[in-house]
Amino acid sequence: MRRVLLAAIALLPLAAPAWEQPVSGYAYLPEQMQAMQDDEFENPGMYTVEDGGTLFRAPGYNGNSCAGCHGDNGSGLDRKGIARYPVYSTRHGGPLTLHQRINDCREQHLDEFPLTYDEPELIKLETFVRHLARGEPVNVDVSGPLKPWYDSGKALYHTRIGQLDMSCHHCHDRYVDLKLRDQVLNQGHSNAFPAHRLLTGGVSSLHGKFRDCYATLRALPYEVGSEEFIALEVYLHARGNGLPIETPGIRR
Amino acid sequence: MKYLFSLPLFCCLLAPLAAQEAYLPWRAENFAIAAPLGGLQGDAARGRAIVASRERGNCISCHLLPIPEHPMHGTLAPPLFGVGARLSAGELRLRVVDEKLINPETIMPAFYRDPARYHRPHPDHATTILTAQEVEDVVAYLVTLR
Repeated sequence: MRRVLLAAIALLPLAAPAWEQPVSGYAYLPEQMQAMQDDEFENPGMYTVEDGGTLFRAPGYNGNSCAGCHGDNGSGLDRKGIARYPVYSTRHGGPLTLHQRINDCREQHLDEFPLTYDEPELIKLETFVRHLARGEPVNVDVSGPLKPWYDSGKALYHTRIGQLDMSCHHCHDRYVDLKLRDQVLNQGHSNAFPAHRLLTGGVSSLHGKFRDCYATLRALPYEVGSEEFIALEVYLHARGNGLPIETPGIRR
Repeated sequence: MKYLFSLPLFCCLLAPLAAQEAYLPWRAENFAIAAPLGGLQGDAARGRAIVASRERGNCISCHLLPIPEHPMHGTLAPPLFGVGARLSAGELRLRVVDEKLINPETIMPAFYRDPARYHRPHPDHATTILTAQEVEDVVAYLVTLR
């Protein structure tokens, strides 16, 4: 009898937790902010895209430019390829974010000194390049060599931090749709980044946003571009697989 | 004599250290902390201000409370109307001090937990969230919610 009961329980369809269906942060924005993001002339992030485009066409140290290989408007870049970042790089022996890829490319083909992570110039270039893939579904493959980074990013996402002693998981999985003050908690996806943030009035990279989240929890943030934040980036992008890229999105 | 002038400056530098009171250990029994922290006496009016303040308790960021002059209470946590009738002062104290002893999965911060147990606290915030006096003030306020 008991065995039959257990079998019956095992056969019950398991209700998937709400967060297994990714929903873009866009759905949680007030209408005015959605309209602002959709309209290329209203969207303040488009200034950064334009700045990025200027840098893309500007000659580097050896006279070459990004546009020299990839076309004036980045037309030579593969939209689907952009949506696959971060990817595993055998040269680095680890994950390679789009941010790092652009930095590497500048170093190798323009003979430029590499910039430090999250330098404004790199954020502008990343915003421009990701914007080219606007609408393309995020498609990060973590079944292969990226799995260990995905796993450690996931562990970090579920680790309680700081004086407030909460994890990302608490707000962005368990209490989604509920209100923290007047702010509806969203699922914390990365598809809008680099995004224009109303709080700072500027475009912020994903790592910049991580740093702000850590500050909110009164925790000591890791460095931008650190192994921890890169692992978190791998996890977040893979967690939001299938969501359309919205760069430059509008977020709080 | 020369050093006498630097004495006030020295005192100013020491002031923030003095402001950080020592962490008082507490003991939970039967899902309650019966004794007030450090034997302190709470004040309900001060407690109400702490509960509403964004910088200190910030309780209304998640809980709905009968504090109508502040708009936009959160909906993340249960409303606290009548909580003083449901729980005793000791039970309320434990929930403010460290809710994780009741629900280990909770999102609610522990407002008076040993700071040595934080993971990666920011150096500016390596203390308890509230002082012992503030915890007692908040408990004194919550008891009045009947």
